[in-house]
Amino acid sequence: MKSPQSMGMNRSGIDLSTQGAEEMMKAVDEFPPASGGNAMTLSQLRAPYLAEADPVGSIPLPGTLKGVAKSGMQKLMGHHAEVLIDQLAGRLAFERTGTRLYDALIGKFMTRKDEATMLSVDQLQQIRAEEAAHLGLCWDALRQLGADPTAVTPLADTNAVASIGLMQVIADPRMTIAQSLHAIHVAELTDNDGWRLLIKLAREMGQDEMAGRLQTALEEEERHLASLRTWMEQISLNEAGAQ
Amino acid sequence: MAINLLHDKGTPLHRQDFTWRDLVQKPISKLNVDAFTRVRIILMNGIESESLRFSHACARMNKELQGYLARVRRKEQHQQTLVNWLLPADQSPLETTIGYEQVAIEVTAALAQAEPDPYIAQVLRYGLLEDFDHLYRYAALLDRLQGIDANTITQGYTDIVPGRPTLDEHRDPLDDLREPYDKRKAAPLTKLHAYTILSGEHQTHDYYMHYGPWFADPAARQLYAEIASIEEQHVTQYESIIDPTESWMEKWLLHEANEVYNYYSCLEQEDHPHVKAIWERFLDYELGHLQFAIDVCQQVERRDPAEFLPETLPAPIAYKSHREYVRQVLRDEVDLRADGTRFVNKQQEPERSRKYRRQMNADGSPSEAVAAGWRWSPGGELVADRGLKQAA
Repeated sequence: MKSPQSMGMNRSGIDLSTQGAEEMMKAVDEFPPASGGNAMTLSQLRAPYLAEADPVGSIPLPGTLKGVAKSGMQKLMGHHAEVLIDQLAGRLAFERTGTRLYDALIGKFMTRKDEATMLSVDQLQQIRAEEAAHLGLCWDALRQLGADPTAVTPLADTNAVASIGLMQVIADPRMTIAQSLHAIHVAELTDNDGWRLLIKLAREMGQDEMAGRLQTALEEEERHLASLRTWMEQISLNEAGAQ
Repeated sequence: MAINLLHDKGTPLHRQDFTWRDLVQKPISKLNVDAFTRVRIILMNGIESESLRFSHACARMNKELQGYLARVRRKEQHQQTLVNWLLPADQSPLETTIGYEQVAIEVTAALAQAEPDPYIAQVLRYGLLEDFDHLYRYAALLDRLQGIDANTITQGYTDIVPGRPTLDEHRDPLDDLREPYDKRKAAPLTKLHAYTILSGEHQTHDYYMHYGPWFADPAARQLYAEIASIEEQHVTQYESIIDPTESWMEKWLLHEANEVYNYYSCLEQEDHPHVKAIWERFLDYELGHLQFAIDVCQQVERRDPAEFLPETLPAPIAYKSHREYVRQVLRDEVDLRADGTRFVNKQQEPERSRKYRRQMNADGSPSEAVAAGWRWSPGGELVADRGLKQAA
């Protein structure tokens, strides 16, 4: 398989402009830093903001008293229910974005199959369908607790911010299938650990039945990660001509 | 390639067509493209942005011109879109900021050297040293926030060292005003320079105002706030060098002529085949806009456009490294300050600017904090620190 990446005129390093770099070093000697200090000086600027920062938002209260009366919620009495709600909403957001990541990857793969011949659209569609099913699991679990699954909780927001770069990679037509898989890999690694944590939390908070349902999602996520690792390895070795 | 501003027809307005697919073309490669291709794209976005800004202001004040302006403005807006969308998505707002400051340095240095009016050349050099310092501050931020070397964007063409310190650039508004050129006596090149630098600085201000809140880091938010404020000062400075007695029609013609001059300058020096074709196409479009404006001038205002426009274009803007020139200006003029429209030594700076600066810097200076002790080195500060440890 031919690598879609090739050697060429990359101008970002100093070796393409050694004379320029030498001149720049001379300028640094002639015009040194105007102020003393080091990178830690920035910490002093940031400290008051860190001390005074408001949270990005809060975990919404159940919208109705009916929500509080739900059996799932009652079991959480004595625990901080909002932690489980935040974790569930965080996974829900991540699975939603994850499904869209696979949508974008499938779209790219459909016109550029020759970059990754070991992949099939059926495999990608299967994973995409499972990601979509997982968001449904989280949605139902939140409903069971009387929480609003449409609300953006702080962890859901954190996940959305952290995912911005992943979508930027996969949506960019210039990024190859291999590069796009790298972004998916970042997502799947996070997702695996996220499900593990969620299941542990649900168990510790007396939600064994919920934890059992979530366990099936984790098993599927583990298969996704294993597949990805295999594909990435095969693509890299193929591109390097080592296989 | 000789251009006749008064007679070259270019592409007529009714043949300047776009599609959405056409507006969104392949972006340049951040990694492979020559830095000056990026510089030209950024500046031309600013030139088009100014054409829209002016056209709207003119339309608000001139009912009889509204229809004519609207027709040209639609084309300019689509041109701006096509040009600005050439920037790639993997080039972050902070990396693009580095590109903006490289524009401000290398283009201002080119204009200052070619400028025939000594006072306007001095104004350009004054702004140059301030934007030169901004590159240093943003490069420190890029290194310390993300671990990225700004020279991956500037590619060895531009020194990254302190200029006139940004914390000293904050002035009373009255010390940002300058004397205008005289429209009857000024060389055409002076007018083109004034409109070009104003366009570049105005879009830079708008870019920093747009992207400042995009950053999570309070230090980055403060630095963008601080440097955006200086860019606003620069807009005040550069718009004041343009003769305010130019009529609306005269200003419209000069805007169109300046767009022709800038696309011509880009076309003459572009190596990137895809981008070069765009410069060529839009040079023809701008000649079409100029002809359209010339017709309006003759029919509506009953004026001869030759009163306002030269027939031929000056030599193109020199898109190249002006390292030695910038260093010499830095050595000679870093301590200049402004007293109203005059330039004075820093000891003579008016108290009003000193007082304003003390107020703005009272809670600390972001530009000083971000670059505290920072010096450019290949690969960034972390690599330089590694070298020190190995030496020890």
